[in-house]
Amino acid sequence: MALLQIKDLTLRFGGLCAVNALSLEIEEGSIRSLIGPNGAGKTCVFNCLTGFYKPSDGEMLFQGESLVNKKPHIITYMGMARTFQNLRLFKSMSVLENVMSGMHCRTNAAFFTTAFRTKGQREEEKHIREVAEECLDFVGILNKKHFIASNLPYGDQRKVEWARALATQPKLLLLDEPAAGLNKDEKSRLIDLMHKIRDKREVTIFLIEHDMGLVMKISEKIFVIDYGVKIAEGTAQEVRDNPKVVEAYLGKEEEEETA
Amino acid sequence: MAETKNKHKIKNPFEGIIEKLFMIFENKIYLYGFFAALVVFLVIFPNTSSRFTQEIMTNLFFYVVVCLGLNIIVGYAGLLHLGYAAFFAVGAYTTGILSSRMGMDFWLTIPFSIVAAVIAGLAIGFPTLRLRGDYLAIVTLGFGEITRLTIRNLDVTGGAIGLIGIQRPEFFGITLNQISHFYYMFFILAILAIIVSYRLENSRMGRAWEYIREDEDAAAAMGINVTTSRLYAFIIGSAFGAVAGSFFAAKMTAISPDSFMFIHSVMFLMAVVLGGMGKIPGVVLGSVLVVLIPEVARGIGPYRLLIFGFLLLIIMLYRPQGIWPEKPTISTDE
Repeated sequence: MALLQIKDLTLRFGGLCAVNALSLEIEEGSIRSLIGPNGAGKTCVFNCLTGFYKPSDGEMLFQGESLVNKKPHIITYMGMARTFQNLRLFKSMSVLENVMSGMHCRTNAAFFTTAFRTKGQREEEKHIREVAEECLDFVGILNKKHFIASNLPYGDQRKVEWARALATQPKLLLLDEPAAGLNKDEKSRLIDLMHKIRDKREVTIFLIEHDMGLVMKISEKIFVIDYGVKIAEGTAQEVRDNPKVVEAYLGKEEEEETA
Repeated sequence: MAETKNKHKIKNPFEGIIEKLFMIFENKIYLYGFFAALVVFLVIFPNTSSRFTQEIMTNLFFYVVVCLGLNIIVGYAGLLHLGYAAFFAVGAYTTGILSSRMGMDFWLTIPFSIVAAVIAGLAIGFPTLRLRGDYLAIVTLGFGEITRLTIRNLDVTGGAIGLIGIQRPEFFGITLNQISHFYYMFFILAILAIIVSYRLENSRMGRAWEYIREDEDAAAAMGINVTTSRLYAFIIGSAFGAVAGSFFAAKMTAISPDSFMFIHSVMFLMAVVLGGMGKIPGVVLGSVLVVLIPEVARGIGPYRLLIFGFLLLIIMLYRPQGIWPEKPTISTDE
C-alpha cells in the first residue's frame, strides 16, 4: 500500500477552486515531485496535507489513516514533516533551539517533572539535544549550532529548516520549493542531501519545485497540476513530452500565433 | 542596517549603557559572588532593620512571586493578560474561606487554592485562547472585573467588607505572626518561584512557548499543540498567582475586594513590562522598581503615579524590550 494516498482532493475558496479532484499516490521510499505553473495550487495541496487548510472534499490517507480534519501538530506526530516556501524559522532563537523544536512531539515532559527536574526530564532534555545535534550534523551545519538563526546566510537557514523537519522523525518529508534562492552549487548539494535523506533515514520525499532541471534529475515520478487539476504524471521524460504539460507552461501553439 | 537607523530618529541615550554595566558579570566569580552577597544580605536583613522596611521587603518578595507567574502568561506565552489580580484573588479567597469559615489549616488550603485557580484558568482560557492580542486583553480585563464584582456581592466571600479572622499558619509548632516570619516565608516563596520559572524557561515546555511566540504556524508544523501549550501557560501562571494569594491572605488575616482591583493587575503587568518580559532577572528588577519607587518617592506623595507614568513612557520609547538586557547568543552547553 502506498504511504500517502490522495483521492479526489478538492479545496475551494468561495468560488475559486484551488485544488480540483486531485488524486495521487506516493509509494514508500520514493522521491516524488509536484510541479505546475505559478498559482497552480501546489502549496495548497501541501497545506491540506499538513492540516493548515481544510479540504472541501476528498480523502487523504497517510499510512492508511485519514488526515482530514486533523490538526497540524497531530499530522506531524503521525510522521509527516514539512518545510515552508518562505523560510519560517524561529528567528531570534539559536540554530540548536530551532532544531530542538522538532523533538517536541516525540517527548512529553510536563510541568511537575520540569519543576522538580526529575531524572527522566533531564535525560529527556539530553536526548532532545542529542537528536537535534545529530540532525544538524546530518545536514552539515553542526558547527553553527549556537548562532542565532536569522544571522545565518540564506542557504544555511534552509538547512536549519531541513534539520528541524528531520528532528520530528518523519516518514514523509514535504519540501516546498527547497531550491528557491539557492545557487547552482548549493542545488547540486541539495540533490545529494535529498538522496542521503531518502537512503540513510528511509524518509519518503515529496517536493514542490520550480527548477525543472532539479526536478527532472531527482524524481522518479512527477505529477503536474494546473489550475488545481492533475494534467500529467509519469517519469521526467514522459512529462516533458506530454503536450498538455507543454501547453500549461508555454501556452497553446495557436494562441502564440495569434498573439 | 540603514533602515533601522532611520526608523528610530531619536538618538537613544541609553544605548548600550546597561549592557556595558553587565559586562562585569561576564566573569562568573563576580556573578556568583554578587548572588551570594545578596542572599546573605537578605537573610540577615530582618535583624538589622525596622518593621516598616521588613514590611516593604515582604511586599517586594510577594511581587516577585506574582509577577513571575504573570510573566509565564505574558512573557513566555505572549498572551496579554489584564486581569491577573483575579487569579490572585481566587487564591486568597479560597484560603480565606476555607480558613476563616471552616477552620482548615493554612497549609491544607494551598492545594485547594491551586485547584480553584486552575479551574478559573481553564474557564477563562479555554474559550478565549483562540483570540489574539487585543481581544484576549479585553476578555481578561472583563474577567478580572467580573471576579472582583462577584466576590463583592457573594455572601460566602463576605461581600464588600471581606473576610476576617483568617488563621495564621503554623510552621513546626511556631505560629507565624511576626513580620519577620512572613519576610522569610515570602523570601523562600520568591526563591522557589525563581527556580521553577528558570526550569520552565529552559525546558521543552518553555521552548514551546517561545516557538509559538516566534511563529505560531511553524510551531504547529513542528508538532506543537499551540492551544494546549497556551492553556498550560495560563494554568501555571494562574497557579503561581493563587499560591501568592493564599500566602497574602495568611499574612493579612483579613482580605477585602479592594485588594484585587484593576490597578493591581496593572501594577503587576507594569513590573513585568518594565523589567523585561520573559526575562526572570528582568521581572525581579521590575518588581523592585514597582515596589520601591513609591516608597522612596513617598515624599512627593500624590505625584508618584505621575513619576511612574513618565518612567514607563521613557522606557517604552527608548528600551521597549525592558530594562534588563537581551540574553546574548545563548550557550546551551551545561
